Amino acid sequence: MLRHFDEELGQLKEKVLKMGGLVETMVERAVASLVDRDSRLAEEVIASDAKVDTLEVEINEECIRLLALHQPTAVDLRFLTTAMKIITDLERMADQAVNVCQRAVELNEEPQLKPYIDIPIMAQLAQKMLRDSLDAFVGRDVQLARDVIPADNKVDALKDQVFRELLTFMMEDPRTIPRATRLILVSRYLERVADHATNIAEMVVFLVEGKDIRHIPRK
Amino acid sequence: MADGIRVEGLQAWFGPVHVLKGIDLHIVPGAVTAIIGPSGCGKSTFVRCLNRMHEVVPGARVEGHVYLGDEDLYGPAGDPVAIRRRIGMVFQKPNPFPTMSVFDNVAAGLRLNGFRRADLREAVEAALERAALWDEVKDQLEKSGASLSGGQQQRLCIARALAVEPEVLLMDEPCSALDPMATAKIEELIQELKKRLTVVIVTHNMQQAARVSDQTGFFLLGELIEFDETGRIFTNPRDRRTEDYITGRFG
Repeated sequence: MLRHFDEELGQLKEKVLKMGGLVETMVERAVASLVDRDSRLAEEVIASDAKVDTLEVEINEECIRLLALHQPTAVDLRFLTTAMKIITDLERMADQAVNVCQRAVELNEEPQLKPYIDIPIMAQLAQKMLRDSLDAFVGRDVQLARDVIPADNKVDALKDQVFRELLTFMMEDPRTIPRATRLILVSRYLERVADHATNIAEMVVFLVEGKDIRHIPRK
Repeated sequence: MADGIRVEGLQAWFGPVHVLKGIDLHIVPGAVTAIIGPSGCGKSTFVRCLNRMHEVVPGARVEGHVYLGDEDLYGPAGDPVAIRRRIGMVFQKPNPFPTMSVFDNVAAGLRLNGFRRADLREAVEAALERAALWDEVKDQLEKSGASLSGGQQQRLCIARALAVEPEVLLMDEPCSALDPMATAKIEELIQELKKRLTVVIVTHNMQQAARVSDQTGFFLLGELIEFDETGRIFTNPRDRRTEDYITGRFG
């Protein structure tokens, strides 16, 4: 029997997807503002963060309202509670994109230190992880969710690589320190984006299987 | 679209007992209003005042005004029989007329109101459709109303009430005697009904009020303590007494 409640859950899902889409775009454009040295783009992305914050508040209120009014159980209860956690991760990802933009504006004022290779790769990986984890949420696809988790290791490895490389730059020439440290920070922000995507994927596993796989040490 | 109901200064007595102590509220048309509160708070009495059933009890008395649209139901021109056609009612225990068939149960109100035989069939089918019962009884219209299951009997009573095309449907604990599946069916039906009617439902089941209604009124000892959007009442009520009742901290 299709319930009135199912319509409301559907609308909520759409809102979460909309929020995820906005965040994905912000991450993509944040890295573009760095790679293309486009500070105006960076400012636009920073301004768009407000929309994400508003959505988080709206969706959170709606989840609480639905919990109060429908007393959901089982998968419906897990859906609402995971939605509440997922939007927190999404909002933090948007904040990380803003951080990238702020560093981009600073970096764009100096000559480019070196070709940006690893950072765009990190961004692409993180964006794919976000897309897949949201697709998994919507499609209740456990396998897709589980596949996101090991991808985090690749992003971590790239973060370490960026750090080692830039450390070498700084040791050879102290004048590179302002730019190198900012690039290290950017790589950290992107690594955090990937972590948040992993959190979302873990929540999807909880949604579908009722099993909480967070905080289990990975090899 | 149906009219709303405006209640002003409504008071009611059973003999010397003052059961409603001045109720003011506005029931929004095309929506579901739930009336909740502990036993004895006056919620059933309140609803029976809306269609002038309270006064039928010997020794019962009403003061105040109930406006359906522009008409004051307790005004000098108020005709209780006409009012009960505009405002239908369904009760806790399903009460189909036991000696009549399914068809005749639904047609009863229509016949009393002078419906022509030719139009009866169509009207009965429409009412049974709107009560989400047609598919289950269309091949058994001549069967006794009492032969249906509890949930079906209740939907039959709803069809009977809907047949005379009321503007408002009052429901006094309509699911109390039904199992969860039958209850769920009726709750879904209520979501459909509100598209063409105004619904007022009395329920002692708070979760049902939360699921089903757009507005909720909380009664206590004959007074209306709080009346607001259901979402607001169940997430952040203004009155401490409302919150105590809803969270089960009462008594």
